[in-house]
Amino acid sequence: MSEIAVVMAARSVWRPVLMSLVAPALLIVLWQAIVATHLVAPYILPSPATVLARFQNELDGGTFWGDVAASLSRALGGFALGAPAGLAFGLLLGLSRLAGRLFGPIFLAYRQIALFAWVPLLSLWFGGGEAGKLAFIAISAFAPATVNTWRAAATIPAPYRELSRALIFGRLDHLRLIALPSALPGILTGLRSALIHAWLATVGAELFLDIAPGLGGRLNEGRDKFEVDLMIVALTALAVLGLGFSQLAAAAERRSIRWSRR
Amino acid sequence: MTELSRNRSDAVAALEIDRVGKLFDVAGRRVEALRDISFSVRPGEFVAIVGASGCGKSTLLRLILGLDTDYQGEIRLDGRRVEKPALDRGIVFQDHRLLPWLTAEGNVAAALRRSGLPRRERRRLVAEHLKLVGLENFAGAWPAQLSGGMSQRVAIARALVNRPRFLLLDEPLGALDALTRLRLQDELARIVRQEGTTALLVTHDVDEAVFLADRIIVLQPDPGRIARIVEVDLDGYRDRSAPAFLRLRDEILDTLGVRHAPQQAIATAA
Repeated sequence: MSEIAVVMAARSVWRPVLMSLVAPALLIVLWQAIVATHLVAPYILPSPATVLARFQNELDGGTFWGDVAASLSRALGGFALGAPAGLAFGLLLGLSRLAGRLFGPIFLAYRQIALFAWVPLLSLWFGGGEAGKLAFIAISAFAPATVNTWRAAATIPAPYRELSRALIFGRLDHLRLIALPSALPGILTGLRSALIHAWLATVGAELFLDIAPGLGGRLNEGRDKFEVDLMIVALTALAVLGLGFSQLAAAAERRSIRWSRR
Repeated sequence: MTELSRNRSDAVAALEIDRVGKLFDVAGRRVEALRDISFSVRPGEFVAIVGASGCGKSTLLRLILGLDTDYQGEIRLDGRRVEKPALDRGIVFQDHRLLPWLTAEGNVAAALRRSGLPRRERRRLVAEHLKLVGLENFAGAWPAQLSGGMSQRVAIARALVNRPRFLLLDEPLGALDALTRLRLQDELARIVRQEGTTALLVTHDVDEAVFLADRIIVLQPDPGRIARIVEVDLDGYRDRSAPAFLRLRDEILDTLGVRHAPQQAIATAA
């Protein structure tokens, strides 16, 4: 009996993880099956084993970790520039009705411009080097941080606003005790979204601006040299790192709202 | 209003509601929420306002609190027109409205932000009022960890911590289960007596009004206006099943258009 209970408990913990691995496993099986038919040339679709060997090769003698570090620091650098600015701007728009009326519409108009449409202008202004890349990542992180903070700060529940008036709070007390904590979940959602956008924009910057160390640069290299195995390694690394990013951000989000835990 | 009558009412009444009316715009239609409400409250008095939902009783409390100044007539505290909320009026809402990101202690302390008292004095007052509502051992608890009754006790402590002249109670026990409500009614009677504050309770629970109030203002809806004002001549602790209690309760229910025949039978039998 107890053995069964232990197995059941273990199963309940590992089950979601195992289930999430089913689809990738199926994908690899399908991939291997296609390779085995020899209908597709190996230089178009190399076998899973070839890609794995390439990955090993990159780890052993290549620049893989250097590329990962370059991409990560670029993403975090752009995030550090764009997200706080978005946070501040979102608070201004959400908390001041005047600011919302003055600057809200132009921000909404700005949102209609696809992010990649900024690349030519930014590369003229900041160059295609590190500064241009950081500028692009920063404006990518800026928008989601602004939108979510704005919405959260503008929709403080009426009962709390009423309480704030009944306790005759001044501006600072209202901000500290009512507005910011009430908007905190939305702000954190915005920061998480900004982090993910920064990561997506990092690859865009690396692909479309000057070649530099980084995973996007490796993708370009793979295309130029026709090395599909390298491209698959880089794409997989992007997915895994991005997943790690959003998991970490979600955990940080849960931790910082400790009052909602029972 | 002449100087003379104003001075005279100063001496007697702490709160005067003088021919107050209130209109709302609901979907482009004018709705009269309150019409010609006049009564006054003496210092230390406990007044209950009862009525069916929609009779404007909560609206009236919001006006007294000063959250809304767009109304006809005048509401005066010590002879001065109410312009905005102030610390001389503490309020308990039906939803406890504790800030979930502050502890019980933090929520009570929040009401002292504008008191101008030194930190040490504030801490003493917070501890004293948590003790008053019997929650001295839950100072560090988050609202999410407290039951509905406990949360409402914290809200009562928060409303009283500034030692307000008026305690405004907007259906404070309406969201609680029946047993907790009875227990908190006892508590409320004790607390108000102990603090010596003037209390104004809005409720739709007639028993609650008879149990707690010195005077009951019965409102009728459409538009909200005073149906009658009832003095409660019951001394000391009020036995909820005493004949006099039940008689008064049924009288008020009658005014509200609710018949209570079975209770009447018990009352006459006893």
